Amino acid sequence: MANGSSAIRAEGLEKSYGKTRALDGLSLSVEEGTVLGLLGPNGAGKTTAVRILTTLLKPDAGHAEVAGLDVVRQADELRSRIGLTGQYAAVDEYLTGYENLEMVGRLYHLPRAYARKRARELLERFDLTDAASRLVKTYSGGMRRRLDLAASLVFSPPVLFLDEPTTGLDPRSRLAMWDIIGELVEGGTTLLLTTQYLDEADRLADRIAVVDTGRVIAEGTADELKARIGGERVELTVSEGSDLAAASRILERHALGEVRMDSERREASATVEGGAGLLAAIVRDLDTTGVEVDDLGLRRPTLDDVFLALTGHVAETDGHRDEEAA
Amino acid sequence: MSASGRVSTEQVKPLNRSKAYWAIADGWVLAKRNLIQIPRIPELLVFATIQPVMFVLLFRYVFGGAIDVTGTSYVNFLMAGIFVQTVAFGGVATGIGLAEDLQKGLVDRFRSLPMARSAVLTGRTVADLVRNMFVVAVMLVVGLLVGFRPEADLAGWAATIGLLLLLSFAFSWIGATIGLLIRSVEAVQSAGFIWLFPLTFASSAFVQTDGMPGPLKAFADHQPITQVVDAVRGLLLDQPVDNHGWIALAWCIGILAICIPLSVSLYRRTATR
Repeated sequence: MANGSSAIRAEGLEKSYGKTRALDGLSLSVEEGTVLGLLGPNGAGKTTAVRILTTLLKPDAGHAEVAGLDVVRQADELRSRIGLTGQYAAVDEYLTGYENLEMVGRLYHLPRAYARKRARELLERFDLTDAASRLVKTYSGGMRRRLDLAASLVFSPPVLFLDEPTTGLDPRSRLAMWDIIGELVEGGTTLLLTTQYLDEADRLADRIAVVDTGRVIAEGTADELKARIGGERVELTVSEGSDLAAASRILERHALGEVRMDSERREASATVEGGAGLLAAIVRDLDTTGVEVDDLGLRRPTLDDVFLALTGHVAETDGHRDEEAA
Repeated sequence: MSASGRVSTEQVKPLNRSKAYWAIADGWVLAKRNLIQIPRIPELLVFATIQPVMFVLLFRYVFGGAIDVTGTSYVNFLMAGIFVQTVAFGGVATGIGLAEDLQKGLVDRFRSLPMARSAVLTGRTVADLVRNMFVVAVMLVVGLLVGFRPEADLAGWAATIGLLLLLSFAFSWIGATIGLLIRSVEAVQSAGFIWLFPLTFASSAFVQTDGMPGPLKAFADHQPITQVVDAVRGLLLDQPVDNHGWIALAWCIGILAICIPLSVSLYRRTATR
């Protein structure tokens, strides 16, 4: 990746807490105007990385630049070019939504009138106008997150860090959050997003860096990562009374590898190559043989599969391996 | 989400002022934040007030009859101790407030902003100063209701208020240091108070130190609370203050000289979670 266009660049970051190595040589690079998803389970080092990149923490070794500024030596200047939304909605419960945003604007050293205008604008954008003069204490989890995100946008920072922006949100709030983040990115903001939700990285990120035990163990687009663990799978379920063995013989003709069968659930599946055209061929073959199916589909590997293949363990979303997130 | 348009990316330049300007301006923004919260969490203020009121009533009516003081009535003797204890205990709230900000991740937000590093601490201690003075005013009213008859002139009152403000500020910074060191709200709640009990009771706040056994009397006579209490008592009752005023002043300044840089450096280095 060309250095000139990197909005975020980290090389060999190391950080230990006592005997725990939170970061063990983490390197990454995010091009301007793109989204990098930092994907990993609890305790992988994602939050530590974000904290270093946002000047909250000094690395033990390695160095990093954000917006062309060194995160340690030029920390003061850097703070006016980044926005951070952490894992916990860092908003003041005993202030109203409006007061929270105005305060952040003032602390970004914006002129008072502009800080106020900006606060109102963001509240409207984030559907919080009705709740603007209510104490944040009365907000729902989703509203708090939206306000928190709004707070990190008060100054339209060119580089934005979102640390698990949807953890703990209900599905509807999560989708709403995704929409907002999507729009920000369209506006040209460079974004580093950490998540333990595989679908979130898939949906929002241009590139994904898979983090485990303090370093990046794989990096690429979602498609590239999926390709690394093999192609698509065809999965079918035969109708009750239909011949599963016959169906799997047909699959075998088209498959790259072995056909997996589960007679109890009347399912068969196999890795294939060839996409929708192949699916049509299989349907024809099934028809000719007279095997009736309830369900037939092409399933692309999910990032869950990627994670399992790369790390040897499934992504633990509620694991207790977290030294950093406590 | 509503289709009310994109988040504007219009760039307004931040104001360009000196570091000293921002240290004060940012501190004021945060002091205001803490002040407008006080009436929104009335239970905190109520408890901060009830406790010293209880002390006034207990000492005035339960213990007072059994405590001998020379030269004045017990309630006149007592109130200086109450004011000082109220202000000293008020410092704990500073530590609790900071620990809460740390625990809720608010300090993370503040530390990622281009604001003065000292502002979170000065904002908190200044707001606590205002709150403490409010509680002291309530105590004065309670004192007057139960028979307290101060004899200070204007200068005496001014010196009393000045000294109490300074003590309040100094103990707030001690509280801030404790809060930043311990960081857990619950732990700060107990750690913040525990050392204050011997300090305020083994002093001249509620009794004359003459009756204490040798080593305890030596401690009581030389610790800061006694100095401030003696000074405030002298001022309020229009009695000689001797050196107590200056020694009290020196204690407060000494505490500030240690705790301000200590807590600012703790705040800078604090790796919140």
